[in-house]
Amino acid sequence: MSKYLVNKFLFTVDRDTALTERYREDPAGTVAWWEAEEANKILNCIDAERSTWLSFTEEERQALATHDHVALFGMGAHPFLTLTLWIAMFERDWDEPLGMQLDYAAKLAHVEQPYPDISC
Amino acid sequence: MAKLVAILATTHHPFFYKTSRLPAEEAPPFAADWVRKVEAYRETLTRAQPDVLVMVGSDHFHQLWLDNMPQFLVGKAPYYDGNWENEIREFGMPKLFFKGHEELSAYMLREGIDRGFDLAFSHELRVDHSITCPIFTVRPQNDLPIVPIYTNIFAPPLPRPERFVQLGKTIREIIDAWPSGMRVAVIGTGHLSLELGGPRQFGPHGPDPEFDAQAVEWIRDGDIDGVLSNVTLDSLHAPGNATHGFMDFMLMMGIAGYAKADYADNLDLFHTMEAYFTWYPDPSLLTEPPLTSKGALLR
Repeated sequence: MSKYLVNKFLFTVDRDTALTERYREDPAGTVAWWEAEEANKILNCIDAERSTWLSFTEEERQALATHDHVALFGMGAHPFLTLTLWIAMFERDWDEPLGMQLDYAAKLAHVEQPYPDISC
Repeated sequence: MAKLVAILATTHHPFFYKTSRLPAEEAPPFAADWVRKVEAYRETLTRAQPDVLVMVGSDHFHQLWLDNMPQFLVGKAPYYDGNWENEIREFGMPKLFFKGHEELSAYMLREGIDRGFDLAFSHELRVDHSITCPIFTVRPQNDLPIVPIYTNIFAPPLPRPERFVQLGKTIREIIDAWPSGMRVAVIGTGHLSLELGGPRQFGPHGPDPEFDAQAVEWIRDGDIDGVLSNVTLDSLHAPGNATHGFMDFMLMMGIAGYAKADYADNLDLFHTMEAYFTWYPDPSLLTEPPLTSKGALLR
């Protein structure tokens, strides 16, 4: 498991409007590009100082590539990061206020406490 | 010595700014009551006539990230920008610009470290809605210098609740000892029960109304022992997966120090309960007429 890297993906995509739109329109392609080019960048450092060891597990790659927020929750991705990015990508598709957020919650209705550990 | 004129502990609800500006015909049914309560709460700060605001909040993965995460951080900058692009996108809040108060920041850091808290610091900090929300609610003219203090309630491992209370006590000692003639108010924001990104989010009330009812009693009564004997890092998962933000209320109780609140109000909203508390450590510092109301929780 590389919860940290999943969170890093959610964090970096959420804060960049162009990337948010790219991930909405092409999730699998964005995840593949991001893992190849961005995953090992230490934020705030030059390229020559990239990390050398970070990659997704197949399960994580699949969850991100299919916009599967239920699977991300199950693997302990930080729920604030996932929710914020999902609001940015999908709230616009709902007519009712909070429609997206309530649907998001309903899809997690089967989850019981304790929730998955979110520490990395 | 500096004068601690008011302590405010409140929820920070990022949708207040937008909701309060909607035309009446577009506003949700709860908007008018919400605005009325916030304006009454604002008066509790106004009458204290502060010169500088110490602002306690928590970065929501905006500037502080998992590759370099401080537990407690004090801003030490001459100015601060406020609000982030993804907050503007989600909440409709504008960017803000604050003056800092570097002298108090420096004093807070030096004294905090010497009194047992190895505080992190930042010389360039864009504060987020945990700090800008209370500006919109209780000081919309945004005319006072600030000292931001961030706590980690977000990225485990977190400091334990006892540590938040102790930091509050220490902040109180530091302000009381600050060799300055300034009038200081402390404003801290947190949450009662809250769920974000989980199955209980955005319900008709906060995810755990029973916890909320108990929590506002602890805060109103200054019942530090009661809250510490009932709240642990583990227990805070049960009321909602983002309820660790309640520890910022506990920090504020540490600043107030076992005192009953002088103003206590709440409002049951969708998604979360709003709560507004003010303490006046030394009423003799207040020259304005008394408040017309002490809030719904203190009649």
